[in-house]
Amino acid sequence: MTSKGFKAPAYVLFAVVTLATVLLCTAVGSVYIPLPDALAAIWNSLTSWLSGAFMGTSAAAPTGGSVATVADIVPSVRLPRVLCAGLVGAALAVSGCAMQGLLKNPLADGSTLGVSAGASLGAVLAIVFGLNLAALPFAGTTIMAALFAFLSLLTILALAYRLDYSLSTNTIILVGVIFGMFVSALISIFIVFAGQQAAHIIFWTMGSLQGRGYEYVLMLLLVLAVFGGILLSLRRELNAFAIGEDNARHLGVDVKRVKLLVLICTAALIGAAVSVGGTIAFVGLVTPHIVRMLTGPNHARLMPASLFGGAIFLMLCDLIARTALIPRELPIGVITSIIGAVIFVRIFFVTRKVR
Amino acid sequence: MLEVQGLTVRYGELTIVDDVSFCVEKGERLMIVGPNGAGKSTLVNAIMQGAPYTGKVLFEGEDVRELRPAQLARRLGMLMQNHFVGYAFTVEEVVSLGRYAYARGLFAAHSDDDEQHIAQAVERCGLTELLGQSVLTLSGGELQRTFLAQVFAQDPQLLILDEPTNHLDLVYQKRILELIEEWLTASGKAVLAVVHDLTLAKAFATRVMLMDKGRIVALDTPDVALSDERLQQVYGMDVRQWMQGLLTQWS
Repeated sequence: MTSKGFKAPAYVLFAVVTLATVLLCTAVGSVYIPLPDALAAIWNSLTSWLSGAFMGTSAAAPTGGSVATVADIVPSVRLPRVLCAGLVGAALAVSGCAMQGLLKNPLADGSTLGVSAGASLGAVLAIVFGLNLAALPFAGTTIMAALFAFLSLLTILALAYRLDYSLSTNTIILVGVIFGMFVSALISIFIVFAGQQAAHIIFWTMGSLQGRGYEYVLMLLLVLAVFGGILLSLRRELNAFAIGEDNARHLGVDVKRVKLLVLICTAALIGAAVSVGGTIAFVGLVTPHIVRMLTGPNHARLMPASLFGGAIFLMLCDLIARTALIPRELPIGVITSIIGAVIFVRIFFVTRKVR
Repeated sequence: MLEVQGLTVRYGELTIVDDVSFCVEKGERLMIVGPNGAGKSTLVNAIMQGAPYTGKVLFEGEDVRELRPAQLARRLGMLMQNHFVGYAFTVEEVVSLGRYAYARGLFAAHSDDDEQHIAQAVERCGLTELLGQSVLTLSGGELQRTFLAQVFAQDPQLLILDEPTNHLDLVYQKRILELIEEWLTASGKAVLAVVHDLTLAKAFATRVMLMDKGRIVALDTPDVALSDERLQQVYGMDVRQWMQGLLTQWS
């Protein structure tokens, strides 16, 4: 009667599908690259990077020039973008999964809590006021998004604590929704006064992964490893919360510490995701719903599966955003919202019918 | 075993539990009765550290405020009257969580001792056939048995029950009380229960605590604590006559 973990064959299957999605998304785009060529380009850039890293020889830089070649496009444009999409999707899905467990509410995710809106405000401020670090061109937006995600969290928790000593889940959600609306209004004000930056901000608030390089991939990997790892270690606590907060307390869960820890990890993951991809809705909400149908609600299986599920979902959405109206690119947030809303309504109806 | 000293719970100006002191001894079944709003559930909730209070709650001489949540859970376990599970966890998953307080590491699996406690709890509560079933599909009685098995797996020294048989039909009421009785007899531990049904209190309690307006009116053997005069004083009616009237319907 051991607690069932996410079984090995299922891990392998999810990993294979994720890798296949990476390949598909790398091959397909405004310029079609046959799969073997895409694979060869990835392999070549990987081996040259490894030899650069371990043998001390310099990695072969992508060749410049006016004509884009496979050797240019795959390692320097497509692959980092696809990896960013996957990692942003994974971060959003894991954070949504944790929030839904913690708050025992299938409608909870970063946007419900107001953290996504807060992170967006931070990033918008960085764009409007041109806040940046010379060494790291993306650091200004990232730091501001993460900082504002944390500040939003503190504000939401402080307000919720003043209203309700026990920090009940309903109070947190209510305060989160109100806070999200308030922050969205502030973003609109900045857009009105942003002048030439307005179009950039609007496109960014709708979500985009255009031009994201390996520095973003590394940053997302680091954040996901640390904060996603902490969330994975809290799977038992999240199961107890998903059954009920009182039950969790009676079982011996340190409810305030776990709540704080989960909210901090969620804020960090959402802050990082928003700083890279802008506001991308529905991934954190829909992915855990779909995955829960396969794995059940036990977070020991649900969270790793959501990690893969979110990555696959967002990589495919990004593919649609890039290719649906070539040469124009659609904001990825629009794609996730359209697909996510349809899936969510479907799930909602099916669940209601079952009940 | 458990010693409550001057426990008071206030919400703003409102005093819910007012300077309550009592002890629970090993092997005892202490039942708390009283009208709605007497502060019974708030009292047990405060003992379980779920409500802010003044005063002291000592377990084997230790202030429970000083205990970590997992340490507290190994000493005190609680079964509530209602369970609103949001997701389709299986019976096995819910019962297994009872061993949370004994987890040895972040990624450690259940020990043999954990497995044994879970298996015993499942068997005792007659859940073997339901192990793989979603808790969303259970009847009220089956769900209550599942959470009873969870708290049995938790293996606390003192079992606190908050109206455990409310909303259950007579068969399940009887079954739940029998299971608790069996557990108590086998383990030599103690039970502190909030109940509404005075007949149940009289039949199952070793001592009864009668509460009204946040204070203890009587704390004694069932016959003394639930005397006609005290019940008249607390409930404002002749309880014996009412119950006898009900019973005559069966003759």
